[in-house]
Amino acid sequence: MADSQATRPVKDTTLLIAGMATLSAGTLAFRLCGPLLRERLTVPSWAEKLLETAAVILLAALVATTALTQGHAFAGPSRPAGVLVGGLLAWRRVPFLVVVLAAAATTAILRLLGVP
Amino acid sequence: MRSRAPRSSALTGNVRRDIALALLAVWLIGLSYGAIAVASGFPLWFPAAQSFLVLAGASEFLFVGIVAAGGNPIAAALAGLLVNARHLPYGLALPDVLGTGWRRILGAHVMNDESVVFALAQDDPPAKRAAFWTCGLGVLICWPGGAIMGALIGAAVRDTSALGLDAMFPAVILALIVPALRDRPTRHAALAGAAIAVAAVQFLPAGLPVLLALSALLLLIPKRRLPTLPKRPSWWPTRKRPAP
Repeated sequence: MADSQATRPVKDTTLLIAGMATLSAGTLAFRLCGPLLRERLTVPSWAEKLLETAAVILLAALVATTALTQGHAFAGPSRPAGVLVGGLLAWRRVPFLVVVLAAAATTAILRLLGVP
Repeated sequence: MRSRAPRSSALTGNVRRDIALALLAVWLIGLSYGAIAVASGFPLWFPAAQSFLVLAGASEFLFVGIVAAGGNPIAAALAGLLVNARHLPYGLALPDVLGTGWRRILGAHVMNDESVVFALAQDDPPAKRAAFWTCGLGVLICWPGGAIMGALIGAAVRDTSALGLDAMFPAVILALIVPALRDRPTRHAALAGAAIAVAAVQFLPAGLPVLLALSALLLLIPKRRLPTLPKRPSWWPTRKRPAP
């Protein structure tokens, strides 16, 4: 597949597998730690809240950067417009499938109209 | 002897319907995950293997997003682990539903947002155990199943930008975090983090802006953890500054 080779993010498959192994092994360790520690320790609620907020901040930053930027520059208005429509619908508690399809459709229609 | 096998008879019809709906949503998110991973240049086997081995959606999206932007896979894995650290308190909060031996390992692997929520929502231990295992094993089937089907669809579609697929990825994550964003301090920290990351994109190598966003946590800490200084009493002498 010649054209997928051009956009392939990681040429080094070994490094990609190492990343996946790190993530999966570490995640399983987190999952096993809880039941094993359950009788011995209580996590203070502020630490639990802090971890939770840290995860949300990471994901929000990922949303903002992937929506607005391409490489090191602005991606053009149609992608963030689609994401914004999706976000507003999700805030109004519209079902997940509609949110995602509306975001993609908004971006696709804007591109069809010639917006970058 | 306790029966540890999932017994769906311990669940009411309503709970079973709710679990089915949650699994449908997981399958759909898996579909978009597989399509997005392949559209951003990952090989077909990658979303299939990662969805089965990691089994934690948000961290997998984060991993794919960072690597697709040119970031290092190990750095992406560490960022993903930060997102997955919530599974430790999950395990602490979870009542004894896992059992022992290999069941405990399999049970830990299928411990995720959905299975924990459904287990905690039931009243008696057999129902908790049944809800946890039904939902957990369902996710183990639906998440990789959706990802594989999505990867096949994504590989078949040629021009992904004309279809707006690049808007799907941020929209999916945004939809996942919207419930958390209804909490005001979390929302403010998330907005600050997003602003920091976007501002840093032009200066920093790929992957780092998202991690730098964590500095927004500092906004929360002083307010909550430090004691406030006592106010000066009204009779306290104030020194007037000499006029320049």
